[in-house]
Amino acid sequence: MLHLSRNDQQMLEGHFGPGCQMAMRIVVRLAEACGVPELMDVTGAHIDGCGLLSESSLLFAETLAGKGAKVSIPTTLSMGPLDLQNWRKFNIDPSFAQKAIRQGKAYESMGCIPTWTCAPYQSYLTPRFGQQIAWGESNAVAYANSVLGARTNRYADFHDICAAITGRVPRCGLHLQENRKGQVLFQITDIPAEAMQGDDFYSALGYLIGVRTLNQIPIIVGMSAGVTSDNLKALGAAAASSGSVMLFHAVGITPEAATVDQACHGDKPRQVIEVTPQDIQRARNELSTAAKTEHLDAVILGCPHFSFDEFRQLAECIRASRAEHTASETRFIVKTSRTSYSLIENNEMLDLFEGFGVEITLDTCVFHTPLLAPETKVIMTNSGKCAYYAPGELGVKVAFGSMQQCVDSAVRGCV
Amino acid sequence: MIENGKPIHLQARAVIPGSAQGEALVTNSPLSFWGGICSETGEIIDRRHEKSGRIVTGKIFAFPNGRGSSTSSAILLECIRAGTAPAAIINSQVDSAMALGSIVADELYGKSVPVFLLSEADFSGLCDGDFVHINPDGRIDISRQRRDPNGSQ
Repeated sequence: MLHLSRNDQQMLEGHFGPGCQMAMRIVVRLAEACGVPELMDVTGAHIDGCGLLSESSLLFAETLAGKGAKVSIPTTLSMGPLDLQNWRKFNIDPSFAQKAIRQGKAYESMGCIPTWTCAPYQSYLTPRFGQQIAWGESNAVAYANSVLGARTNRYADFHDICAAITGRVPRCGLHLQENRKGQVLFQITDIPAEAMQGDDFYSALGYLIGVRTLNQIPIIVGMSAGVTSDNLKALGAAAASSGSVMLFHAVGITPEAATVDQACHGDKPRQVIEVTPQDIQRARNELSTAAKTEHLDAVILGCPHFSFDEFRQLAECIRASRAEHTASETRFIVKTSRTSYSLIENNEMLDLFEGFGVEITLDTCVFHTPLLAPETKVIMTNSGKCAYYAPGELGVKVAFGSMQQCVDSAVRGCV
Repeated sequence: MIENGKPIHLQARAVIPGSAQGEALVTNSPLSFWGGICSETGEIIDRRHEKSGRIVTGKIFAFPNGRGSSTSSAILLECIRAGTAPAAIINSQVDSAMALGSIVADELYGKSVPVFLLSEADFSGLCDGDFVHINPDGRIDISRQRRDPNGSQ
């Protein structure tokens, strides 16, 4: 039996309008379906349901908005199905664009903040340690739980906005301290510190951890103290794609893991797995489905969305290649947020990117907007998440490599 | 493990109640519906998944749990709208995305896909190709074709 507070009951009875009523009905039905006995408060939300455009997702958003639903807690938006400012430049079908704009307006009209990014933790309104939040988007969930120490389950599309409207979620899972205990220990062994500085190392490590842990909570020992926010972003995104990782503890790095003992809540890990240079190489190989020297149609970077630092790194890679331009048939697409873009807007890097042939797209993702031509066959990326999903979602072969390898391959026009 | 030709009965918990029957499509590998299922065709499109290329439409689709993307609920919803959804879903761990896709489909279209939860031991007793009848109370009747001594059907 689900226990409801007086306020929950009033929402359910429609005292706060039909939009709030519908959202509360969904929260309650889900809690009952999952056998959770009570609800709890959350004080922030991040919406992923605004990302995919389908007939049903649009109907859902416009139904809630049409019933007058408004979010009751600060709520950011994940990437949407359209680059709202530049879509005409990318030859997006206008009928798709019109529907995407309608869906975006529905979410904005409910009071969501138009961040339009899958990396909200590098953008705006970052949650604090211990804060109870309802976040969607698997990579953002992994980052919020692991790196920030906020507390969220992986809120599925539609649940996220219902949580934002009602401020209430089923009290279960990673919201509760006892469920955040590390279970499988990954010991990084014999990997030199220089090897850990590569941007592709963390994607490969994350992919491997996801495959080996599935839905348990991993503990990582031996990670370099110089690890950056972008590295942890890449790691979490890959681990949440190949597995179901929503929380990882990196000992000495993440806030709930000063020691192995703290990460395991005083217990011993169930399993210890060594990660050797050979394992990392195997993970790299598994992330690639394209052969070396294959003709390259597009490089795709910014999955999750590029940060200012990654733009700076890209500029260095382009300078190091000593090339002025990509090969004529190879596109070079970088996805970012409007917040990160605003930081480079007046920077000379932009001229370098433009000269090289970099196409920067905001607010969206190649998986959700029809940015690639149908004849695209082979793409390259430094993202474990993008490499994992591209073959199925985009119907392409994918090559996985470092940012520098992506740049060099784009110059040659082949992997 | 189970005698040839004899029906098997299992008891599941109805996460989203309903009845269904059909051929079982069973996998022990978790699957993310987003990046894993095409809502237009019902095909499993995760090219790294062991059942890549199979069609879930109209099947009793048994997979242990979801994985990866939080967009899986939106894909299930769109499958239900487009008529490409499985006839029922059986998991061995609660997957809120499946429950949610089905609940929202009921809210918007008045139709849902029943979702059931089996213990891990019972789940491992399901076989690809079983004919499965699920009752609203969660009782699952399975009939399995008699197999010849070589193991093929």
